[in-house]
Amino acid sequence: MTPRDSISRAIRTAKEKNGAALIAYITAGFPTKQAFREILANVGKEADVIEVGVPFTDPMADGTTIQRSSRVALEQGTSLAWILEELAGIPRESRPPVLLMSYLNPLLAFGFDRLPKAAAEAGVAGFIVPDLPMEECDDMRRALDAEGLALVQFVTPVTPESRMKLLCEGTSGFVYAVTMTGTTGKNVAVPQEVLDYFARVKAISPHPVCAGFGIRSREQVAALAPYVDGVIVGSALVEVIERGEDPAAFLRGLKG
Amino acid sequence: MRTELPHADTKALFENVLKDAYPDARGRFGPFGGRYVPETLVPALDRLQAGVDRYLRDPEFLADFHAELKTWVGRPTPLTHARGLSKLWNAEVWLKREDLAHTGAHKINNSIGQVLLAKKLGAKRVIAETGAGQHGVATAAACARLGMPCTVYMGAIDMERQAPNVGRMKLLGATVVPVTSGDKTLRAAVDEALRDWVTDPNGTYYCLGSAIGPHPYPYIVRELQSVIGREAREQILATAGTLPDLVVACVGGGSNAIGLFHPFVKDEQVRMLGIEAGGMGSGLGQNAASLAYGTPGVLQGTYSLLLQDEHGQIQETHSVSAGLDYPGVGPEHALLQLIGRVKYEAVNDDEALAALAECCAAEGILPAIESSHALAGAKRYAQANPGKRILIGLSGRGDKDMPTLQRTILKGQI
Repeated sequence: MTPRDSISRAIRTAKEKNGAALIAYITAGFPTKQAFREILANVGKEADVIEVGVPFTDPMADGTTIQRSSRVALEQGTSLAWILEELAGIPRESRPPVLLMSYLNPLLAFGFDRLPKAAAEAGVAGFIVPDLPMEECDDMRRALDAEGLALVQFVTPVTPESRMKLLCEGTSGFVYAVTMTGTTGKNVAVPQEVLDYFARVKAISPHPVCAGFGIRSREQVAALAPYVDGVIVGSALVEVIERGEDPAAFLRGLKG
Repeated sequence: MRTELPHADTKALFENVLKDAYPDARGRFGPFGGRYVPETLVPALDRLQAGVDRYLRDPEFLADFHAELKTWVGRPTPLTHARGLSKLWNAEVWLKREDLAHTGAHKINNSIGQVLLAKKLGAKRVIAETGAGQHGVATAAACARLGMPCTVYMGAIDMERQAPNVGRMKLLGATVVPVTSGDKTLRAAVDEALRDWVTDPNGTYYCLGSAIGPHPYPYIVRELQSVIGREAREQILATAGTLPDLVVACVGGGSNAIGLFHPFVKDEQVRMLGIEAGGMGSGLGQNAASLAYGTPGVLQGTYSLLLQDEHGQIQETHSVSAGLDYPGVGPEHALLQLIGRVKYEAVNDDEALAALAECCAAEGILPAIESSHALAGAKRYAQANPGKRILIGLSGRGDKDMPTLQRTILKGQI
């Protein structure tokens, strides 16, 4: 099984068992580098897949929470090289599949020539790159294919139908279906038109569909679960960590 | 990490430049450019591209645009023979007077064009970022003229150092949003404008002010700003009877420079010189000279040269001039440097301020601190190459810089 298949399998297994997979985002190195392993272990108790955020100075798709956590992580000296080193030191069987969520520039600086191998050796199963649209992703996808790593594509409520099909077919691991236009972290209601949009994505996609942006409550998760394979929790979880509360307890609470 | 190409490849890129082949269909200027944006913005950029294809070469649209340039902006702007500087520098110096364009800088050429385009595309509101405040003022004015609501994002540090422009934007009816995230200057303002646009990609038009950002912005800005170079080329041929030996402009993101340079690119006998903000020195964080000291990477939608550390984190920049204080540069400039068609150098804060004072005294013109970088670069060239005919893009006037000037060259005098 390739690393990218481990992601889709984890999502499908959790969907069958719990109604929806739970994908949890944390910013690596926030609030401290020392806390990274412990937070990862705690989150791993409840999450089916973990997105580890590589901090970047200009997170243009993110709201204030992840801007803040990224800044703190950078002030701690968190780098992609350090994250990979840390992940390599954690036994893989003890944690769910891990994806790296990173803006493109830190990945370019690391170098596509050595990134796939270093990521695979650290047990990373794939990448989510919010500023790398399909048209620009050939080089990266080719590089990741060599190690069987996923490159997750996004769809949004404003994506035209024809493009949505290309994105759903071109993704790997899962489809990241953005709940709304906007940045991460704003609370989102789940009106019927949003559910219809997820149903449309689900009908097209050969890969699991996961909903993200603005998911913070058990009610939202329950409303979305019938329409998607998984939900992604980011800013709300980072805020829990920021307040010094237990991330595992928060994630358990979302499952209902 | 520096981009270096074999000679044969550079030559092929040069020939493509002479054939006007850039940007190509993917929005590339050779290896640079592209469209690195969140998926939410892709349909909006596709619509913008369709609008560009339909209107930017459309005679009716251009007639409206040129009528606004003539009767509202005050174009053509004059070409002034700078007799005082010519004598001081032992050169023949000509100034392209964008400081005399409405609102006091070249930025208005782009703003009025883009707000016209926004109306054609059915946008409900216009947003903009601003550094020195000139693009914010220009966009606020264009929106007032054409009846569009306008929101301008401006870094908190820039709001302080360019306070007069904040008041102007408000008078012109714009909402000015202070940006306290990131570096609190132009880069953070672009990030916030992008976040706004992601929230309402259908109803909002993002009027980007420099030759940066995702395709097709670098192209739009070049097309709308090229009026500077077209006029200057005609004017100098008509007055001096021949093309200049050297064309000089300051470069932050690079909008006035690309507008001045582009119509001269095919005149291979004309040398071109772009002047970046050298700040306090060549160390990381001391300047804003991406072409001189940067390495390739992706920031705010485009692949170009950036001031970044070895981990790909964007560095804070320093320049006495808010309008040049940006860690990246337009992708077309990165290409023009790569093929050697334009040379780029850095001028530091003190040299720029000295050139500002010299221009005031010798010509009776108070240039913007941004434009003063071009003056300082031209002076350096003139001293090494006596007797040359030099055309300088005077991109804006310096009234907005009074708070900075009072803290620097006027300190103790008033």
